Amino acid sequence: VKENSPLYLASAFVSGLLFSVGLAVGGMTQPSKVAGFLDFFGDWDPSLTFVMGGAVAVHVVLFRVIMKRSSPLLALKFQVPTRNDLTPQLLGGAALFGIGWGMAGFCPGPAIVSLGSFTASSFAIVVGMYTGFVLYNLVFDAQRTAGLPNRAAPK
Amino acid sequence: MKAPLGGGQKAARLMENFTPIASTIGGILIGLSASLLLLMNGRIAGISGIASGILNPKPGEIAWRMAFLGGLVGGGVVMAAAFPALFVNSLGNSLAGTAAAGLVVGFGVRLGSGCTSGHGVCGLSRMSARSLAATLTFIATGAVTVFVIRNFLGGHL
Repeated sequence: VKENSPLYLASAFVSGLLFSVGLAVGGMTQPSKVAGFLDFFGDWDPSLTFVMGGAVAVHVVLFRVIMKRSSPLLALKFQVPTRNDLTPQLLGGAALFGIGWGMAGFCPGPAIVSLGSFTASSFAIVVGMYTGFVLYNLVFDAQRTAGLPNRAAPK
Repeated sequence: MKAPLGGGQKAARLMENFTPIASTIGGILIGLSASLLLLMNGRIAGISGIASGILNPKPGEIAWRMAFLGGLVGGGVVMAAAFPALFVNSLGNSLAGTAAAGLVVGFGVRLGSGCTSGHGVCGLSRMSARSLAATLTFIATGAVTVFVIRNFLGGHL
C-alpha cells in the first residue's frame, strides 16, 4: 500500500467525477437554485435540502461501516478531523462563507465543477475563490512566521 | 424586479422549481463519492480543503488533490455538454460581483475549515458538533444575504 500509487490517484479522480455528477444532477451548479434554497423569506425552494439529506443519509451509514476498518484500502491510515471545539474562527469563517454563498449562489464544489461549462461566471467565482485562499495564507502565514505555534508540524 | 405573487401563483412557481427526486439522486451520488474517497484513500471529501491544499505544497499532497479536482472539472465538462440547462446562471450578477463573492467564499472556508461538503455532508455524517455549528451558521448568513440582496439591492450584485 503506497500513497499516490496510480490506483490511489485513480480512486481520487473517480470520487471527484462522482461528486461532480451528483452536484450537477442535484441542482447545485445552478446559482438561481441555490439562491432559491436560501430564500427562506421569499419563494423558498427546498430542493437542496434533499441534496444534503440524500448525501448525509448515505454517508452517515457508510462512514460507520468504513471506519470499522483499521485502515483504508489504498493508504496506511484514515485522515479524519477530530477537533470538537467551537472557535470564533470556525463560526466567523462559516458566517463569511455563507455571505459569499448567498452573494453568487456558488459554494466551492459547484464553482469548480462549473469550470467545465466554460462560462465567464464560473471562471470569475473560481478566480475570486483562489484569491481568497491566497489572502488567507498571506494573513495567517504572516502570523505563523511571527512566532505562533505551527499547527501543521511534520509528523 | 419581482411582481408580488398570489398564493396560487407562488405554489405553482414552487412546484416548477422544486426537484426533490433529482436532488435526492444527486445527494446519494455525493454520499457515495465521499464514502469511496474515505474507503479507498482514507480522506474526507471536503472540497475547500482539497482545492486550497494545492497552494501549500507538501510532499505527496498535490497529486491526489489534482486527480480529485480533475474529476470534478471532467465531470463538469461531460455534464455541461450533455445537460447545459444544469449550468445556466440566471442570477444576473456582474462578473465583478461574482468574483467578489468568490473572494469571500475562499477566505471564509479557509478560516472556517470547510464548506458545504466538508461540514455540511462529511461533518454532519460524523455527527461533528463543529460541523453542525458551521452548517447552521453558513445557511443562516446565506439566507440573510439573499434576503438583503433581493429586498434592498435590486435582486443581484
